[in-house]
Amino acid sequence: MTHLLFLIPIALGLGILGLAAFLWSLKAGQYEDLDGAAARILDDDNAEVD
Amino acid sequence: MSFYAEAACNTDILNEAHSVTRRLEEERMVNASIQLSNGTFKTDLIVPKMHCIACIRKIERGLSEIASVSHVRANLSLTMVSVIWDKKLGSILQIADKLAVLGFEFHLSDPVATEDRETNASKSLLLALAVAGFAAANIMLLSVSVWAGADHETALLFNLISGLIAVPAVLFAGQPFFRSALNALAKGRLNMDVPISLAVLLALGMSIFEGLNGGVETYFDASVTLLFFLLIGRYLDSMMRQKARSAVERLATLSSKHGVRVLPDGTVGNVGMNEICPGMVLRVFSGERFPVNCKLIKGSSLIDRSHVTGESEHLTINASSLVEAGSLNLTKAVDVEATTSAENSFLGEMQRMIKEAENGRGEYHRIADRMAQIYAPAVHLLALIAFIGWMFATGGDWHFSIYTAIAVLIITCPCALGLAVPVAHVVAANKLMQNGILMRDGGALERLAEVKAAVFDKTGTLTKGQPTTVGIHGNAHANASVIKALATHSSHPLAMAVSACLANSEAVTLADLTETPGLGVEAEYNGKTVRLGKQDWVAEIATSSSSSLQEHSVSFSIEGEASVDFDIHDQLRLDARHSVSELQKSGLRTEILSGDQPGKVGIIAKKVGIEDFASSQSPKQKIERIKTLQAAGQHVLMVGDGINDAPALAAGHVSFVPASASDIGRHSADFVFTRNSLNAIPFAYKTACVTDTIVRQNFGLAIAYNCIAVPMAMAGLITPLIAAIAMSASSIVVVANSLRINLENPERDSEPAEPGLNPITQTELVKA
Repeated sequence: MTHLLFLIPIALGLGILGLAAFLWSLKAGQYEDLDGAAARILDDDNAEVD
Repeated sequence: MSFYAEAACNTDILNEAHSVTRRLEEERMVNASIQLSNGTFKTDLIVPKMHCIACIRKIERGLSEIASVSHVRANLSLTMVSVIWDKKLGSILQIADKLAVLGFEFHLSDPVATEDRETNASKSLLLALAVAGFAAANIMLLSVSVWAGADHETALLFNLISGLIAVPAVLFAGQPFFRSALNALAKGRLNMDVPISLAVLLALGMSIFEGLNGGVETYFDASVTLLFFLLIGRYLDSMMRQKARSAVERLATLSSKHGVRVLPDGTVGNVGMNEICPGMVLRVFSGERFPVNCKLIKGSSLIDRSHVTGESEHLTINASSLVEAGSLNLTKAVDVEATTSAENSFLGEMQRMIKEAENGRGEYHRIADRMAQIYAPAVHLLALIAFIGWMFATGGDWHFSIYTAIAVLIITCPCALGLAVPVAHVVAANKLMQNGILMRDGGALERLAEVKAAVFDKTGTLTKGQPTTVGIHGNAHANASVIKALATHSSHPLAMAVSACLANSEAVTLADLTETPGLGVEAEYNGKTVRLGKQDWVAEIATSSSSSLQEHSVSFSIEGEASVDFDIHDQLRLDARHSVSELQKSGLRTEILSGDQPGKVGIIAKKVGIEDFASSQSPKQKIERIKTLQAAGQHVLMVGDGINDAPALAAGHVSFVPASASDIGRHSADFVFTRNSLNAIPFAYKTACVTDTIVRQNFGLAIAYNCIAVPMAMAGLITPLIAAIAMSASSIVVVANSLRINLENPERDSEPAEPGLNPITQTELVKA
């Protein structure tokens, strides 16, 4: 039973990590231009514009 | 074309009004910008033609070359470019000019729409969805072991953890539903959110009670999963609406919100629409629209009042002529006196008519709302019956009775019902969007499936609304470069049509270019007078005139030589005939309501195969006709484009406009098709019919599920395990069924190349 004491916090921690990563990406504006992101990957010339 | 892009493009024909125009333009652009810090501004520009990586690169590279620009970011989904620039380092007009040079038209984004986007509802829905998803996944993980038969102690521990996750998650993610339910209850109504909120909160409350009393039968997973599934439906719905809105409404240009005022001392400045009052002196530049009804003070010009009649006829105006608001000034800048305020102008009147027509449309009840009206009371009644029944049957075991009643609420909870409509509509909206059709909201799709008659406007709808050269009589080739030079000088639609068919020729430089409104353009070429314009005016200097006298013809001649005539017509839209016959095959009655003369309407009606047509129709008459049809039980699909169609568009059960339509037209329509082909209409109609069938099937599936689940729940046989499986299964079935919309009607017309004389090659010119 003692292994549950480790496993449950680890499982929850991973879940929270995923949630936090999603919230960060949402805040960083990664969902604002989905079509643009799909197109930009095809840009061979990697010179950054901004 | 937007006023800004046009002004920047035609740098070769600038006149003395140019510097004033530029200054006013700059003022407007700065007004539409957001000031970030001292001197630094952020401007959002809508670039409709941006649709691939090459465009993004071209714009971002091109604009970042400008010294004053510190940041450029193109957003492909919104077709919008955000530019951050410093006023101290240069004017914003550099940005406008650069875009014009790169070949992109642009509009200014409405600052109100920008604000709206930044505080939009779908972002908070997405947040709620993420939290609900996280909670649902973790609780599911824990419940699996409870159901799999964990020890009593382990089950208690897991339930405790589940509860600790579920309570904050439900309180946070359930807010959209709780709020909507409270709103409905406050108004004394029931909507779908009332049973949802009740079920979720009761399930949570009962589970806490169970957990505290040492029970293991908890509904934590059901309450959170329910929220998760329903939030998916809610989010899809809001996404769809937002996407359509950003595409349609943000296109509104700011140009119509300003006038240019001439002060007594001769200086000019921008004036807001609401500040214009009768008697004010205004200046209207060529290529701009009259802001209110006006009286011309002096000078003359050619105006396009197609928004009044729907036809591309042009009218010469002279001193003291009266002009309706919204007319387009074609040739020269003129000073006018305002005769009305913006509210009482022709445009204001139109807007009032639209409002009235919209009210007359009545409240359309969406199918999901109609279901909710039956469903919500039924669910509550069943739960009550279960409670009372078990109280009697068990002789007052209130714990078991409440438990059963709550099980009924949870199991009937409209997981599948909540998803049935939004998922089907999103799939359909996506399919339409891929084919260049933008939709306002899901309700429009439901209404489209109900129509029995299709009513078309003629100009700009069945036809392209843009004159095109269809034939040339005489030797145009020899003087192509002179004709081109004359044609590019004028912004008259017929001159543009001539210029477009000579796309391969280079224009020569001409001396003494003058444009006479109503007649044409005149210049000196090699010491001789050359003219392009009205046939009899050109014939004055020509030796012989071609015999083909067409109504919409333009002639050209060099003094003392034979004239060249251009036949210019408004062409039928691509597939107009095919689309009309498709609609007729589907059993729709078709009709034309046009503001044009009977003869012209008759020709077009015959060409597209429509028997019923009415001509010389005023906006009021159009509404009347639509009302008559609707009163006879025939829901009308209205297709139009102009301002004069706008009230009719609002009066129709559902309406379509091409993307080229006027702002007002676009705002009052449910669907906007962005491609040239009229095929969009039968395509959308078929998709709507298929979607309607699928939605009904989805409801059927959801009801069938309830027919099995509800008796079980009322009999007290439902455990949390069965509830979780049954709810998930029904949701998956509904989603899978909705995806079938993509399989139906797979035929797709890719945009075919446009036939016609555009542009004419040199060999063709010789033949002519």
